[in-house]
Amino acid sequence: MFEIKNVHIGYQANEVISDLTIQLEAGKIHSIIGPNGCGKSTFLKAIGNQLKATYGEIVFQSSNIHKWGRKPFARELAYLMQENESNPEITVRQLIEYGRFPHKKKFERLNQDDQAIVEEAIKLTNLINLAERAVNSLSGGERQRAWIAMALAQQPTVLLLDEPTSYLDIHHQLEIIELLKQLNTEQGITIILVLHDINQAAMISDQIIALKSGRLYDFGIPKDVITQTMLHDVFKVNAEIIISSQSESISIYNFHLLNESLNNKK
Amino acid sequence: MMNDNKGFRKRKSWKAFVTICFLFLAIFSVMFSLGTGAVSVDIKSILSILFGDSASEYYDIIWNIRLPRTLVAVFVGINLALSGAILQGVMRNPMADPHIIGVSSGAGLFGITILLVFPAYSHLLVPVSFIGAMLTSLLIYLLAWDRGASPMRIVLAGVAASAFLNAGVNALYTFYSDRIQGAVSFMVGNLSAKSWEQVEIIVPYSLIGLTLAILSAQRMNVLLLGDSKSKSLGLNTEGYRLWFIAISALLAASAVSIVGLLGFVGLIVPHAARLLVGNDYKILLPASALLGVAVLCLSDTIGRVAFAPIELPVGIIMGGIGAPFFLYLLRKKRTL
Repeated sequence: MFEIKNVHIGYQANEVISDLTIQLEAGKIHSIIGPNGCGKSTFLKAIGNQLKATYGEIVFQSSNIHKWGRKPFARELAYLMQENESNPEITVRQLIEYGRFPHKKKFERLNQDDQAIVEEAIKLTNLINLAERAVNSLSGGERQRAWIAMALAQQPTVLLLDEPTSYLDIHHQLEIIELLKQLNTEQGITIILVLHDINQAAMISDQIIALKSGRLYDFGIPKDVITQTMLHDVFKVNAEIIISSQSESISIYNFHLLNESLNNKK
Repeated sequence: MMNDNKGFRKRKSWKAFVTICFLFLAIFSVMFSLGTGAVSVDIKSILSILFGDSASEYYDIIWNIRLPRTLVAVFVGINLALSGAILQGVMRNPMADPHIIGVSSGAGLFGITILLVFPAYSHLLVPVSFIGAMLTSLLIYLLAWDRGASPMRIVLAGVAASAFLNAGVNALYTFYSDRIQGAVSFMVGNLSAKSWEQVEIIVPYSLIGLTLAILSAQRMNVLLLGDSKSKSLGLNTEGYRLWFIAISALLAASAVSIVGLLGFVGLIVPHAARLLVGNDYKILLPASALLGVAVLCLSDTIGRVAFAPIELPVGIIMGGIGAPFFLYLLRKKRTL
């Protein structure tokens, strides 16, 4: 799906991503984790074709990302930003209809097929009762679902999400996480997302990408990547990790700062 | 859900209703403008003259004097309102208007140069101010460019460039203070003494601009979702931003080069239309154009008759009546 070869983003002193090489497989959920400012969002923007890599090559579905036309690319890949602004009184349905834009020729109108796809996206994201409401009148969790629905209307093979659960309470965070899992298993959509919460990343991901100051620290299945050493090196925290044998789930608890970083502050 | 659905339909039909009201208001304003003046002409005579009755006693007044002036008002209204509506969308800023891309300051400096420094060439006023307006918008776009021209950079470059050009205008005022008389009406904008010649100049710009704008309305809607979102939907964001700025520069430049620096229409009219019909550019553009026609025709007519025989420039009426009305709308409906 994605082959990222020796990618650098930014210039010398301001290099955000340095020499990143990684391959991302189709059909899986990949989480990018790392501390603030480690280049997670920048990396996501680069593979979402929003940002050009300074050096190196990003290959998406066997052709270089720059060779993709904007519209064909948008038919394959949907991108959900960290912050979304919308037209003040636009309704949920109208917002989702914009997702059909890359599939339409200039001046072509939405037809019945498009309407069916929009309807399907509304159902999948459980927005039936909210479809005619103004997006701005929704709560944070509902709004996030509306943006995901718009991305689904693009019928992408890949969905990129930049911290889709931030600013949401735990219930709505889980709602989004469950929805993404469902989209991955039922629709076969490849998902690449940036997450702050390591527990959530462990819960949802097939693969975890840990970044540390713009470099790839580790990449692999959650059990292998989420270790005390990684937490120590990347996040500068100590914590305990429990891997439950039956559900293969990982939980991290009892976080505390490293002594050295405490001392540094003093 | 039933209720929500109903509410939505209501909103949609409400938008259509408001737009149709604007249409009637525009038609009424045109008729009012044609019929009112030193000599009142009844609507029947106006209609018969419009449909080719050259024998009427009012033929000369209507056909040769009032009609061209009214038509210039109609097309200037369309152009400035559309230009403002487009720019507010492109800049995602409700305070944007044709000033922001330097159309007014460019046309101002070039036009004033002709009027004050080279009065012998005043027949070139229209093309020269048009060139000034277009050159300034281009300059501002280039100044704002840094791997893409973000709305914020355009606004800032526009403020700087306008300040610079206005300094030039003020310098000319100081040097040629004896000739200022002739320049005042150009600087406020007025519609007096417009003839068929000016109608012919502005019509093509209006028609082309209107067509292009309405055809691109859906793209404008997508652009309103923000740069990165519209990019990720496959829109050539940078290209369309330039496209829309070019259309609005063309519309505004053709208007101000003919009637002078008529401010306000481009800011207030689209804003008022937006308050009433919402942000969907497929409806907002035609609604703004119609409201622009109504506002300009009414203001000009009031300016002609209110203090007759002294004629107030339309720009003054627009500010005097439009601003309080706008404030009223603003207070009444808070969803901006």
